[in-house]
Amino acid sequence: MTGLTRDDIDHILKLIDGSDFDSLKLETGDLKLELRRKGAGPATAAPAPSAPAAPAAPAATVPAPVVASGGGSEVPAPLLGTFYHAPKPGAAPFIKVGDTVTEDSVIGIIEVMKLMNQVTAGVAGTVTEILAPNGELVEHGQALIKVQPV
Amino acid sequence: MTPIKRIFIANRGEIAVRIIRTCRALGIETVLGVSQADRDSLGAQLADRAVVLGPAPSTQSYLKVGTVVQAALGTGCDAIHPGYGFLSENKALAEACANEGLIFIGPSPDNLDAVGDKLTARTHAENAKVPLVPGGSVDTVEEAQALATAVGFPMLIKAVAGGGGRGMKRVDRAEDLPAQLDLAISEAAAAFGDGRVYLERYVTVGRHVEVQILSDGEAILHAGERDCSVQRRYQKVVEEAPAPHLPEAMRKGLHDAAIAYARHINYRSLGTVEFLVDVERGEFYFLEMNARVQVEHPVTEAITGLDLIALQIAIAEGRPLGMTQDDIVLTGHAIECRLNAEDPDNGFMPSPGRVSQAWFPSMPGLRVDTHMTPGAMIPPYYDSMVAKLITHGTTRDEAIATMQTALKVCALTGVKTNAGLHAAIMGDETFQQGGVDTAYLPGLLARIQQGGKA
Repeated sequence: MTGLTRDDIDHILKLIDGSDFDSLKLETGDLKLELRRKGAGPATAAPAPSAPAAPAAPAATVPAPVVASGGGSEVPAPLLGTFYHAPKPGAAPFIKVGDTVTEDSVIGIIEVMKLMNQVTAGVAGTVTEILAPNGELVEHGQALIKVQPV
Repeated sequence: MTPIKRIFIANRGEIAVRIIRTCRALGIETVLGVSQADRDSLGAQLADRAVVLGPAPSTQSYLKVGTVVQAALGTGCDAIHPGYGFLSENKALAEACANEGLIFIGPSPDNLDAVGDKLTARTHAENAKVPLVPGGSVDTVEEAQALATAVGFPMLIKAVAGGGGRGMKRVDRAEDLPAQLDLAISEAAAAFGDGRVYLERYVTVGRHVEVQILSDGEAILHAGERDCSVQRRYQKVVEEAPAPHLPEAMRKGLHDAAIAYARHINYRSLGTVEFLVDVERGEFYFLEMNARVQVEHPVTEAITGLDLIALQIAIAEGRPLGMTQDDIVLTGHAIECRLNAEDPDNGFMPSPGRVSQAWFPSMPGLRVDTHMTPGAMIPPYYDSMVAKLITHGTTRDEAIATMQTALKVCALTGVKTNAGLHAAIMGDETFQQGGVDTAYLPGLLARIQQGGKA
């Protein structure tokens, strides 16, 4: 059997992202691929049918858990609130497409009732897309930006 | 008057679906705040929009005042409906709504204050000349002993901050009092962060009867009473309206007392005043007032024909009730069975999991309030109540008979439920006679266990 290409893996990741499952084990010939969703996946809904008593997700605070996804890693909102790209109105945004971020880089601010929470990337790489618009409500787990890991 | 256009529902399960039902009927848009575990729930599918508040544990989602308010503002809602439980009687939420220009569909922060603390509620009852269980607050063992001597055993120690049956201790003998009091105080401090307790007479044969109140601030009306005496560990299992075999003088006394209490605290919203009916003495005592819609509100809706959620919204909009006491006519009898995902054969352990079949066909005289659908997930994080079966008949016998049929026909499979227990209650002669007290269900459960059947 031929090995999987990077594109194949990206495709598999996309399929899992859109599914109800948290992990996947694939064995074909010499190849063994094991994928597991990190933390509670934002893109999917209900827990897997066979695991009703899934342990409670840990208190999600900044930094955000990073979820692997098709074209890179999506950085989900660690909490519900208003997402701001910049430290204050009129200021330059924390990041823009093409920037290099480290795990600790601040990518934005989420405001909950006048409390400002800095959100860090949680992953190192290159910013490929800013997904959540400035000044709008983001849900818990909603993808904020996309990062191509280094 | 401020017409509401979009309501943020800060709750889950069947009550979220129930609120959506009325909002759709009224042409009001809904946004449901859900936890991650509930994003596929029926409510999330039926609401115009659903937003994820946070992770599954309610302390990180449904109980976060700031997050709920932010979500309501961010989704363009003009009001918040808190349902029951969770933040429904939370003063901080009511105040945050007021500060942010949102309508809280419930009473004022002052009203919540007046009923939230049991001691304050007691003082208001005293001032409103509403009868109270003999008792009072105590700080020391000496005070407790003096009070117990005056009132007589058995007595109940209650946490001031407790509720829903939590933080209560029964003391039968004077020599047990000091140790039990110390225990109650430390337990209350640990569980509620408030060590204050009070003592009251333990009514041996008591019925739990509550009166539904509707108030627009001017007119204060009652919508009859409900009997919720079928309880297990202070949790209601079966409710009905009206309360069976109540002397008419006492029924009227209960209604009048509830209105007097609501009027005394200038209550404005939907609310329920709970009483303990002392069967042996033929008296009744004020227990507490619940400043929210109750789980068991459908039995009142069945016998009055009112939509209590619609009235609650109308009051919140500042509209007058537009009716008088004479307009509220009680017809027939209604019974509600709370279907819980729990295992009666295994100490009523919660039984979460994936529902395989959920079938509640419509039948004459049956209403079902539920968020269950085939394939629905019952997460382990929340209350185990998953459906309410409500039957209405011209007589109590008829309502019971319809309930017995409904329990045979309806199906909720994949998880364990207490449907068998409901069938046992409905088929039990003592329940059928009516007017059971709060000791009834524990007694029935003991009888069932001895009989060796499920």
